[in-house]
This record gives sequence, structure tokens and C-alpha cells, in this order.
Amino acid sequence: MMRLRIGLCLASVFVASLALAQGGIDKRRSGYQDMGPSLQKMQDDGTANPGMLFVQLGAQAWATPAGAANKACVDCHGASGATMKGVALRYPAIPEGADTPADLEARINLCRTANQKAAPLPPESRELLSLSAYVAHQSRGQPIAPPDDPRLAPFRERGAALWAARQGQLNLSCAACHDDNAGKKLAGVTIPEAHPTGYPVYRLEWQTLGSLKRRLRNCLVGIRAESYAYDSPEYVMLELFLMERARGMAFEAPAVRP
Amino acid sequence: MWNLALLLVVLALAVPAARAQQVVGDAIPTSLTGQPGDAGRGRAIVASRNLGLCLLCHSGPIAEERFQGNLAPSLAGAGSRWSEEQLRLRIVDGARLNPDTIMPPYYRTGGLQRVARNFQGKTILSAGQVEDVVAYLATLRD
Repeated sequence: MMRLRIGLCLASVFVASLALAQGGIDKRRSGYQDMGPSLQKMQDDGTANPGMLFVQLGAQAWATPAGAANKACVDCHGASGATMKGVALRYPAIPEGADTPADLEARINLCRTANQKAAPLPPESRELLSLSAYVAHQSRGQPIAPPDDPRLAPFRERGAALWAARQGQLNLSCAACHDDNAGKKLAGVTIPEAHPTGYPVYRLEWQTLGSLKRRLRNCLVGIRAESYAYDSPEYVMLELFLMERARGMAFEAPAVRP
Repeated sequence: MWNLALLLVVLALAVPAARAQQVVGDAIPTSLTGQPGDAGRGRAIVASRNLGLCLLCHSGPIAEERFQGNLAPSLAGAGSRWSEEQLRLRIVDGARLNPDTIMPPYYRTGGLQRVARNFQGKTILSAGQVEDVVAYLATLRD
């Protein structure tokens, strides 16, 4: 009798999770779900995920004093990095005293210039990617949680408009592929829903870690549109829109993608 | 009023560098070059991932290209479904028939936003290449 009850209980959990997996509640798919089992394993295994090398480098940078102030991140934020848990889930955000949103990388550079009195780290530099990977990794497995800051709304709306705008010689929008045709094959490749769940991400095509900006630029080049400069607000607006679109999805950084 | 005048000037400047084509109904009746295209060259353009780009979205009877898209209808039988004149307009500027199409405008330079510097003022295919593709697609009969 007891066995039957446990069996029924497991069956109902199975049916419930099957319903969830089939989209009864959340139909959104991370790019992780479109990868083969070997790449999924590479992402999940801390010794096989090349992004974890950057997390380790980030841990070293976290403890290394820099700038005229000769301060390290640990001097304010603590040695373990645990104070950074949840931070990456809520960026881009508006830093204290600012009136425009900053992404996580810009926030790290703000700390460098304001507190360490050091030069900002260049975009896609190994040190900036390592520090952002280290900070992002602290939030791994947690649900994406953009802040409920009403000041972000107009920036997010502009991001949504950019997402839907046709551009480039091929006259395509982000939405044309990643909303309207996600899951279909572009040549041999499954078009992902483009949720920013794992940035910075280790992309096999790049053979290195890269930011969401770099990934967005890849798509802009693909549709033969002019890329925005790395410090352009457009990327932050797009990220605000995408993080809201991915609200509640599990954070995977540093993710692995083909 | 000045804004309107400015808009008209901008629109006039934005008139495609591509040669104007005569659209009649859902077709462009005459060759863009005045010459018929070459179906063999057209097949190579359709198969090319960085020239025609066609197989990124469409599938087609080109067996050696293994990775083909499924965002758009198969090109197989295109020559039975459409005349050369109809195919020509669909390649030149499919948005003339369906404003929501994801088919890129292969022979239009006007009305595009934020085109990358190295592609500005250029069409995706030349007039001769469009005619080659038209000639090839016309051979794809069920």
C-alpha cells in the first residue's frame, strides 16, 4: 500500500514536471536546451567548462590591489565574493548617483575609476571578462531578477523598440528571428530564443569568453547592419529588455555555447 | 512645410542606386539587364552561403549543401509556382507584396536603416545576379 502511494506520488511529480517541460507553465527555452548532451556536460562540469578558467582569473583579480588608491575588490566587498551573490541577476541597473543604467561591466569599471582610482578596463579585455565572470558566477543557478526601478522603464522600452526594428542590408530585426522563428533552422543551426542567461559566455566559435555586447555585434554583422560602438547605450537598453524577457529563468554564467 | 520639403529631398536622395524597375501587378515583366540570366550561375549563387544566402532560410534541391534552412518555403517547384516575372519581383523586393516578409530585398538600397558602411548604397545581388537566380529558379519544376 505504502509502495503504491509512493509510486503514485512519484508519478504525479513526473506528470507535473513533464507538463512543465512541455510548456504548461513556462515555454521559454535557454540556448542550453538546444545544445547536444556533450556541450551541456561541458558547461555543467566545472573542470571542463573553459569559462571557469576566467572565473579563477577573476578571483585573482578580485584580490589584487589596483589603481592610485591601491585597493582591491576584497577591501570593500570581502574575500569570498559571496557578497556578489545575486548581483548579476539584477543588472543593468542605475548606479547610485547616476541617472542612466549601467551594465555589469560598466559597474565594475565604475568601481575601478571611482574607488580604486584606476583606468577603466577595455571592453572584451581578459581582465574585465574575468572579473565579470567571477561576479556573475556567484549567481549561478538563481532566477534572473531585474530590479523594479521605474526609472529603468523608458530605457527598457527603447530596448524593446530596437529589438523590433528592422536594420541592415538584409532588413531584419532581432525579433524576426529570435521571436518569430526561434526553434527553426537557419542553415543547419537552431535559432535560439536569445535569452541572456549565461553571459559572459564561452563560445566555441570564438574560442574564448565574450560579453553579450560581442554576441549582439555578431548578429548585427550577420544582418549587415552597422555595429554600435562598445560604449553605446543601445546595448544596455537591449540588455534591459532581454533580462526582463528572461525574468525568472535560471542564470548559467559562465555558459558554454557553440 | 520646410520639414516636408526636407523629407522630400531626403526621399529623393534615398531613391535606390539600383536601376528603377517596372512593377506590373505582382511581377517585374522585363529583365533587369535586358538579357536573360544564366541558370548555371544562378544555381551557384543560390547555393553560396555568402552571396545568395538563400539556403540559410530556404531548402532546395541542391544536395551537396547539407545544411539548409526551414524558415521559408522550399525552392523546389518554384518555377512551377511562379513565372519568371513573378520570381523577379519576389527577389528584387518581396516587401512590395508582403510588408512583413523576412525575405531580404535583394535589389533595393532605399528605405533601409543602419546599413553597415561596407554595404551602404549596394544591393545584395547585382542586376545580372538577380537574373541568373531567376533563370535557375524557373528551371525548378515539379
